[in-house]
Amino acid sequence: MVKLSVDGIEIEVPNGTSVLQAAELAGKEIPRFCYHERLSVAGNCRMCLVEVDKVPKPVASCAWPVANGMVVKTDSPMVRNGRRGVMEFLLINHPLDCPICDQGGECDLQDESMGYGWDRSRFREPKRAVREKDFGPLVKTVMTRCIHCTRCIRFLAEVAGVPQLGATGRGEDMEIDTHIKLALSSELSGNIIDLCPVGALTSKPYAFIARSWELARVDSIDVLDAVGTNISVDSRGPEVLRVLPRINDEVNEEWLADKSRFAIDGLKHRRLDRPWIRRNSKLVPASWDDAFHVIAARLKGLSGEKIGAIAGDLADAESMLALKDLMTALGSRNLDCRQDGARLDASRRDFYLLNTTIAGIEQADAVLILGADPRREAPVLNARIRKRWVAGNFPVGLIGPAVDLTYHAELLGDGPASLARLLAGEHPFAAKLRAAKRPMLILGEAALARADGAAVLAAAWRLAAEFGMLRPDWHGFNVLHTAAARVGALDLGFVPGAGAKDFSAMRAGAVDLLWLLGADEFDAARIPPAVFVVYQGHHGDRGAARADVILPGAAYTEKHGTYVNTEGRAQRGRLAVYPPGEAREDWRILRAFSAVVGHSLPYDDLESLRRRLAAVHPAFARIGSLGAPGCADPTGPAGDPAAVLPTPFSYPIANYYQTDPISRASPTMARCTETFSPRLAQAAE
Amino acid sequence: MLADRDRIFTNLYGQGDWRLAGARQRGDWGGTAAILARGRDALIDEAKASGLRGRGGAGFPTGVKWSFMPKKSDGRPSYLVINADESEPGTCKDRDILRNDPHKLLEGALIAGFAMGAVAAYIYIRGEFYNEAMRLEAAVKECYEAGLLGRNAAGSGYDFDVFVHRGAGAYICGEETGLLESLEGKKGMPRLKPPFPAAVGLYGCPTTVNNVETIAMVPEIMRRGAAWFSALGRPRNSGTKLFCISGHVEKPCNVEEEMGIPLRELIEKHAGGVRGGWDNLLAVIPGGSSVPVIPRAICDTVLMDFDSLKDVQSGLGTAAVIVMDRSTDIIRAIARLSRFYKHESCGQCTPCREGTGWLMRVMNRFVEGRADIEEIDTLDKVTRQIEGHTICALGDAAAWPVQGLIRHFRPVIEERITAFRQRSVRMAAD
Repeated sequence: MVKLSVDGIEIEVPNGTSVLQAAELAGKEIPRFCYHERLSVAGNCRMCLVEVDKVPKPVASCAWPVANGMVVKTDSPMVRNGRRGVMEFLLINHPLDCPICDQGGECDLQDESMGYGWDRSRFREPKRAVREKDFGPLVKTVMTRCIHCTRCIRFLAEVAGVPQLGATGRGEDMEIDTHIKLALSSELSGNIIDLCPVGALTSKPYAFIARSWELARVDSIDVLDAVGTNISVDSRGPEVLRVLPRINDEVNEEWLADKSRFAIDGLKHRRLDRPWIRRNSKLVPASWDDAFHVIAARLKGLSGEKIGAIAGDLADAESMLALKDLMTALGSRNLDCRQDGARLDASRRDFYLLNTTIAGIEQADAVLILGADPRREAPVLNARIRKRWVAGNFPVGLIGPAVDLTYHAELLGDGPASLARLLAGEHPFAAKLRAAKRPMLILGEAALARADGAAVLAAAWRLAAEFGMLRPDWHGFNVLHTAAARVGALDLGFVPGAGAKDFSAMRAGAVDLLWLLGADEFDAARIPPAVFVVYQGHHGDRGAARADVILPGAAYTEKHGTYVNTEGRAQRGRLAVYPPGEAREDWRILRAFSAVVGHSLPYDDLESLRRRLAAVHPAFARIGSLGAPGCADPTGPAGDPAAVLPTPFSYPIANYYQTDPISRASPTMARCTETFSPRLAQAAE
Repeated sequence: MLADRDRIFTNLYGQGDWRLAGARQRGDWGGTAAILARGRDALIDEAKASGLRGRGGAGFPTGVKWSFMPKKSDGRPSYLVINADESEPGTCKDRDILRNDPHKLLEGALIAGFAMGAVAAYIYIRGEFYNEAMRLEAAVKECYEAGLLGRNAAGSGYDFDVFVHRGAGAYICGEETGLLESLEGKKGMPRLKPPFPAAVGLYGCPTTVNNVETIAMVPEIMRRGAAWFSALGRPRNSGTKLFCISGHVEKPCNVEEEMGIPLRELIEKHAGGVRGGWDNLLAVIPGGSSVPVIPRAICDTVLMDFDSLKDVQSGLGTAAVIVMDRSTDIIRAIARLSRFYKHESCGQCTPCREGTGWLMRVMNRFVEGRADIEEIDTLDKVTRQIEGHTICALGDAAAWPVQGLIRHFRPVIEERITAFRQRSVRMAAD
């Protein structure tokens, strides 16, 4: 520890702390542009100057280490003059076009100029103008506004691992650019918009849409992957205009994946805003009453065995529990949430969780990735793996097709057979795993969505057990989910009861009435025509196209919902705007329908429903936090580890930008698809 | 005047053979093993006692700098980096060493490298010095062939390698940490200090960066002893120095002289005097383009060493004496330097990136007189907003010439502005 004084305040800070951090601990705010907690120190903006005793010149506090007995002044005349000078230099070539700048109102330069700027300029020369750059469909550039802090360069190189930006030219001709005119191909590129302290990098789809002070902000949870990124949803009137990350060091630090940030324009397209009924093979608009009565009429006389329900990937836990309760009341145990047919074992929680936890990745010292492509399946989580890899001494092994994960992964094979070779110690990576003190394994959900899924799960567990990953103090077995709803559904037991029909049986026509709760990730058109399909959801996607009755539900920004992320962390999303038209919150639809069929569900408001959630599974009682760490019982899941097939693994996401009803409806995501994987482009509305 | 026997650079003008045979005749590589046998500490003490100060411009005591290097390796190797990226306008002393006396440099590299415990020396040579790099490489090859470098260098039992690296002609790569970045293959942008290179330098290893002239002086100091060297010059400014005299003199030249020689004597003895006589002198930039200009009145009496020039608010810098007679448009001369610094600013930190362009543009207007009198003060303040607020010294170097101009030639600027104004009033009236 080091003792120093900041503006007369004595504080004690750890060795290696910078003066800027120490000043913050002492409650002194230091203005900065280039410095960012999660990036390397550049020290180039010179705004954080402070005076340090016995140093003749003002020093950049972000890069100056503390020393015992140091006396720091953060508000002396030398400091103020220094900062004023820097501010003047930053502004002389800045266009001062705040009235037409999307950063206006939330701009660091604007804010600091209130403290250190002057009301007029001494600069009589022509200002510099810089040609715009094309960074692709997501990031808009107004490079004349750039103050060359290089945060964007450092973020892409250090955090995203896609070093596509750099500075060309010298002196005042220095420009930030992709050297070879590329669109930024990182799944995290949108974060440079947040990092940019000025309006040089702004959101392209959001350009000229709103001023920051017109927006209403609601804290929520992202559902477009299973990471459970903490977000805030900015809306104006009925429209969601912007999604930004919130800081949560245990989950997403302060990053947000591009799909989650930019797919929100999909919330305005292809929406189901009223009930529909299929009459004479055509969907016609209907009232809620009519729709409910058509379903009730079809249900009449059906035994529970002939009724089934499939929960989709974006469903909230509340509506899934309501649906399960309704199905139970109707006598059905035909439930499933695994639209990809993954052989997830719901019998024990650590069989399907990312047990190491996202923050726990930083404690691991070796990782084996099995049939997962975390870069596309969970970009923010992948950044955490990369962060650990950058820190050093972190061997990464990959079993699956070769893929660029933004860090070096040793390719150990492409299919489950490599597991046995690893177990037998035939591959040098086995020695690295064995030498590790806290090894971990990440099993992709897609590796379980195969005929031999149960065997793969058992084999992976056995490998984890063999390599000492399953200990009371360390749980290194992890399943990486791709769907935000999946873990919550498994927690709620949204899987077939004993002897009941599972997803593939229901899809093949084993039931007469099938209730799809936002289930769009399978080819619904292949459900036999005799099956009566109820589609409850928010987008006119694959499920709605096949439906006999459509019940318009709410998207994640339009309802209060609980989601459990891949680590088993229950988090609450909140309503930012109301569902469009006649659409309603999903659990309310189910509650209303239950009354129509005479099985009224025993909750009339969100609180009582949530009490029931907490009663069903303790995870829902500890919002935001996790259960006990470690592996209490190394007994593995049922399944024969030897029964694996030689088929290579494949990854579930071919096109990162279109994976769910919202992103498939998003024009921005369609543009991204055209840019980054033109062969996969689907027409968006 | 320096006696011939006290001269270190005896082949400065290339009259003798630059190769190993010629160098040996001049005494280079003589008894190198014996010098190394004195041990690291003795060599560093000798360097300290000699009072040798860095010849690259900043004048930091060389022996002290060497003593910052770790005495024991923590597993990382140590490096000596020799800065041969001589780009300071007006300066051409290292160039003559490189082409006419490369063996002095190489012997110095071995001795200095040994003293600081370095395993190798990297010589970063300015890209434009093509012929010099060829000679230097040839000299390195000769040394390896003669067993003077490499394993058991010069029979001392010490292993030492020398690598020559050619730059690409950026002024900023002559800044010691910018040089290290460039040497590592990155864009030449100075690093933040601390950590200093002696702790974290080239490839993250302890490194000392020394100027060519500094290192080339080392063998002679070690052979003749610190007492000889420190007896030359003045206290704290000892030894000899290469002066590069250019501009409005009868015979521009490079010359080795004793530190502390009066400027007037230097110019008149070695450069044939100012064109048109001493009374025709307007001003002198005494230490390369970075240091403030001094007017004739100061030139009359000033001594050429670090402390004397500092006392007159200028600096010895690289000792490149740029002489300007009364025919010089001093505003235009300094404006040209502002353009140079604007062009060479790396663009990394704000005050220099934005400030150098501002200085250049205002200076260009001052050349015409198209400005207001108040702008002189504004410009002076702007230079002070740059000075001391940047990562490296290029910001200071850009500020000082302008400050010197305003300090000593303010009436000239005012006159020019007034004349311009009168001219435009007349034109408007016509």
